[in-house]
Amino acid sequence: MSRLTAAIVGPGNIGTDLLVKLLRSDLVEVHSMVGVDPASDGLARARALGVPASAEGVDWLLAQAAPPDLVFEATSAKAHLANAPRYAAAGITAIDLTPAAAGPFVCPPVNLDTLADAANLNMITCGGQATVPIVHAVSSVVPVPYAEIVASIASRSAGPGTRANIDEFTQTTARAIERVGGAARGKAIIILNPVSPPMIMRDTVFCAIPADADTDAIAASVEKMVAEVAAYVPGYTLRAEPQFDGPRDIWNGMARVAVFLEVRGNGDHLPEWAGNLDIMTAAAARVGEQLARGKAAA
Amino acid sequence: MNGPADKIRITDSTLRDGSHAMAHRFTEEQVRGVVHALDRAGVEVIEVTHGDGLGGSSFNYGFSLEDDIKLVAAAVDEAAAAKIAVLLLPGLGTVEDLRRAHGAGASVARIATHCTEADVSLQHFAAARDLGMETVGFLMLSHRIGPDELAAQARIMVDGGAQCVYVVDSAGALVLGEAQERVGALVREIGHEAQVGFHGHQNLSLGVANSVLAQQNGARQIDGALCALGAGAGNSPTEVLVATFERLGVPTGVDVQGALAAADDVVKPFLERLPFADRGAITQGYAGVYSSFLLHAERAAERYGVPAHEILQRVGEAGYVGGQEDMIIDVALGLAAERERAS
Repeated sequence: MSRLTAAIVGPGNIGTDLLVKLLRSDLVEVHSMVGVDPASDGLARARALGVPASAEGVDWLLAQAAPPDLVFEATSAKAHLANAPRYAAAGITAIDLTPAAAGPFVCPPVNLDTLADAANLNMITCGGQATVPIVHAVSSVVPVPYAEIVASIASRSAGPGTRANIDEFTQTTARAIERVGGAARGKAIIILNPVSPPMIMRDTVFCAIPADADTDAIAASVEKMVAEVAAYVPGYTLRAEPQFDGPRDIWNGMARVAVFLEVRGNGDHLPEWAGNLDIMTAAAARVGEQLARGKAAA
Repeated sequence: MNGPADKIRITDSTLRDGSHAMAHRFTEEQVRGVVHALDRAGVEVIEVTHGDGLGGSSFNYGFSLEDDIKLVAAAVDEAAAAKIAVLLLPGLGTVEDLRRAHGAGASVARIATHCTEADVSLQHFAAARDLGMETVGFLMLSHRIGPDELAAQARIMVDGGAQCVYVVDSAGALVLGEAQERVGALVREIGHEAQVGFHGHQNLSLGVANSVLAQQNGARQIDGALCALGAGAGNSPTEVLVATFERLGVPTGVDVQGALAAADDVVKPFLERLPFADRGAITQGYAGVYSSFLLHAERAAERYGVPAHEILQRVGEAGYVGGQEDMIIDVALGLAAERERAS
């Protein structure tokens, strides 16, 4: 099978975790790791693993005789917005792990098959990757006028970028719940918990559903979706069966389903409790692999 | 100490923290009545929002009967002199919510984070200052870290634009000297450039005593709620704070009879249940559990047939923080499964 080549731009924790995952892939071959800091641990790690690495940024990458098919960007929204047109001009497909949202939101089990030709794909947020599949699983059975998600993550897994602009998380995730998840209205909440030892990422999804909804069909759809996500995020599990509550006046006569998830990371570069970071890199790697499969089939 | 004591400022949170005890079902008429009575009594700042702040209306925390912004506008309309404050928890409420509240006339922004996470508030303080709002930082569950660590977090908020930082005893868990030490540490760290406040709860019946110790250690803003209406066993009662500080010769600018009348004539008639230190609430103070979890734990207890105090104990052991109401259901499910296995 033909492999796609991929560069990782941004050799921080996310980029390094992604490197470890892609090196295991039969479908994506790591072209290079690119940063801007010669002292970067991530670049040193890449070199040690036999991957070409450069601290001379995207200029270096685009000057290569054989540029990659894909670039995974794990820098910042600002850097990606500057780089995105250059990747597009060079014919490189960008898989964007920053909050830039220059391209459409992608959630692998939900809408990747409709986006195979997009030049730029945005990975939403960690909370989005964890919860949008569930909202979609419910909304493919019954109409969902409102969906709400609560993502709890370990304080230590929230980097300075997330902390300085936490509204970006809530707003981007809420939009993805609507556009990709299929809820008419979405809301997202994020909680940072400093407890020691660090807590494993938890996500709760609440969906308003019709009073007469077929709860067995919803539960089956949710369980099927959990298995699909677990195919690329092995630590993605239901804590309990979906919980159904009957209609209430304060819910405008709607009933509710609540889904409790745990996201344990794979422990590749980041610790197991950082499921929020793992699900981003695992979903991004999945996108790269699916694009490679698509190309092979074409 | 000689000479008259500095004046302190009372912020009344009946219409915000009290919203928890009302399951977030305040009517506009109730809001107008409470604001009118507090304003007439001379309370300078009145906080009005869903118990979990702007954007709190949700499955996780409970849906508001009335939109926050509508209630803020009504409060602003009703107040002749008092400033109307709003609470915002970053991660839940957004700068956009703050702009809308400011547009409705709110003039004090109170930005609340867990006591170790002050740096998530910086964009909200910056926005509040840009809007010309007075700013207050809220370090919730302040019992979870020591005085020096807490002061370092207060420093982050002040550097970000907070004009006052509160020691917030969200679990009603601080016992006398513990409140005193934290207030003292904050005064030493930020006192020359910002004020220090104290927000107490009654889970161990120490809200008023802790507030007095806070004032004696340099706090100049103190929170209360009429009839103690608030999460857990309730807040330090505004009317008791005002009467106690008057007896101590500490000026609050609030008329004691006016505060007593506001509590007795306006709030008490619409309460279905007065805050009370029952087994669940005391467990919260004892185990250091976020006070707003109480009613959620009671509901989960009923739904899943497990005792509320056991849920709260487990939630405390897990170290859950404000906002993790969803974990109460998770814990109740776990307890119910354990019971099933045991039977």
